[in-house]
Amino acid sequence: MSTANGLTIAVPRGALFEGTVELLSSLGIDTAELRTNDRKLLFEDIGVVTMRPSDVPTYVEAGAADIGVTGKDVLLEQLAHSGGGASQSTGRDVYELLDLGFGRCTMVLASKAGPDPALESLRRLGVMRVATKYPRIAARYLEETGRQGEIVEVKGSVELAPLTGMVEAIVDLTATGTTLRENNLVVREELMVCTARLIANPVAHKLKAARIDELLERLRGLPVAGKA
Amino acid sequence: MIHPIPSGTRDVLPQETGEVRAITDTLRGVFDRHKYGEIYTPALEYESVLARADMAEARPAYRVFDETGTVLMLRSDMTAPIARVVATRYADSEVPLRFCYFAHTYRGVRPQRGQLREMLQAGIELIGAPAPEGTAEALTVLCDSLQAVGLKDFRIGVGDASLFPALMESLQVSEDHRGGLLEALVRRNFVALEHRLHEAGVSGEAAGLLLEVPQLRGGPELLTDVPAPAVEAVTGMRRVYELLEESVAARVIFDLGLVRNIDYYTGAVFEVYDPALGAPIGGGGRYDDLLGRFGRSLPAVGFALYVDSLHQALAGEERGTGALAELRSVASTGEPR
Repeated sequence: MSTANGLTIAVPRGALFEGTVELLSSLGIDTAELRTNDRKLLFEDIGVVTMRPSDVPTYVEAGAADIGVTGKDVLLEQLAHSGGGASQSTGRDVYELLDLGFGRCTMVLASKAGPDPALESLRRLGVMRVATKYPRIAARYLEETGRQGEIVEVKGSVELAPLTGMVEAIVDLTATGTTLRENNLVVREELMVCTARLIANPVAHKLKAARIDELLERLRGLPVAGKA
Repeated sequence: MIHPIPSGTRDVLPQETGEVRAITDTLRGVFDRHKYGEIYTPALEYESVLARADMAEARPAYRVFDETGTVLMLRSDMTAPIARVVATRYADSEVPLRFCYFAHTYRGVRPQRGQLREMLQAGIELIGAPAPEGTAEALTVLCDSLQAVGLKDFRIGVGDASLFPALMESLQVSEDHRGGLLEALVRRNFVALEHRLHEAGVSGEAAGLLLEVPQLRGGPELLTDVPAPAVEAVTGMRRVYELLEESVAARVIFDLGLVRNIDYYTGAVFEVYDPALGAPIGGGGRYDDLLGRFGRSLPAVGFALYVDSLHQALAGEERGTGALAELRSVASTGEPR
């Protein structure tokens, strides 16, 4: 039985799944069942629990998993937004240990091709409407750049919102930009680059220090990891 | 009829009060044995008075106006009120002074995190006792308390709030960047710490030290062989450690990156962990400058245990489970135990 030396790892399903499984394999963990059984949630033999990426910080914060892999976008979105430009924001109580380098995406502000409708709206109406799955990141960004925005939170395809005229712009994560292009949207601003991060529970980081450090050491030694 | 109460607050009914009383009575016995006198202070204080403590993230969240328009606030911890009491009522008394308390404190919560707005804390303050003796006494009382209530697997993480600032000072990190670096460390965001070191133009050996030293955790062997700039803070930790009895020393984990996010800590800082709970069940440290802000400059040290978290950890240990074992039993039997 090959486990990540007794640690419980929260593994994200979705875009970061492949990269994470890859990482586990290169640590010598047997990921055969993890790869093939996409209904199972708990793989006790290898100390893995699977979940959607945005739940990873929740499980790790609670100590239900010792460590986990999730996107920087998820961590940034879960920073509480206090408003007023104050830097009094606190995120999940998890430690961010390592930039794993994979799952590289860019958070962008995009709008319909041609004259920028967001600019026009700002000029004439003093406000731009922005659809996003990341309401806190979007609100924080507009506030930091001194623009009045009205955030519209959507759960599904964000690209639809400007096409229907509901909003002038979107804030979304893009890897290649293909979906944006296919929907006649262009990137106007790049907010930040997001990659996969290794996070840890604060108590596990102390009580399982040796095991976590050993894992970190091995991850740093891998070719994919540690690319800042 | 159902009448709601605010999230993060709760009613405590006889079965639970019975269990909580068992804990608090035991703690009171331990504090009493160590000659700590129990004090009460008002839950409501003047904002202008407690503001002297400057409590950063433990900042009080609830304020009200009284009939004259003065701003009152609900205390967010007991350390600042006790500092006020000492400056006011014990202005000329001989030190050391030993106080203990069992008090509800009030903090803001983030929604849907299961956090408490109203939190029962049990703790001590030892005033006028400098390091290392004072610190060793506080750690001893802390350890006795946890052992007396029957917690088995707890550990006490010990660090020093002055260590990282001292490292930055001696490695000549520009002052403009120190705040940002410390903030990254407080959040234990080591990725951000690395980026910010790069931005601050710190590279090579200095960057390596600032990144590696705060990640060191382990036994007393950590305290030998530290890089020169950290020697002073680490020497302080070693002096404390040398004063501890074996039963206390065995519980200590040194954590060179431990920084509590409360501004008033100056030297040793500690946090209590138990494998049955994913968050600390108590914490404390030295606050040698705080009393001075209230007008009587004295070195001091203290800790607070979060009684509800302690209760949860005890219950967790009794079940013989951490959170994951719980999950595993659900998975294997198909239903919760």
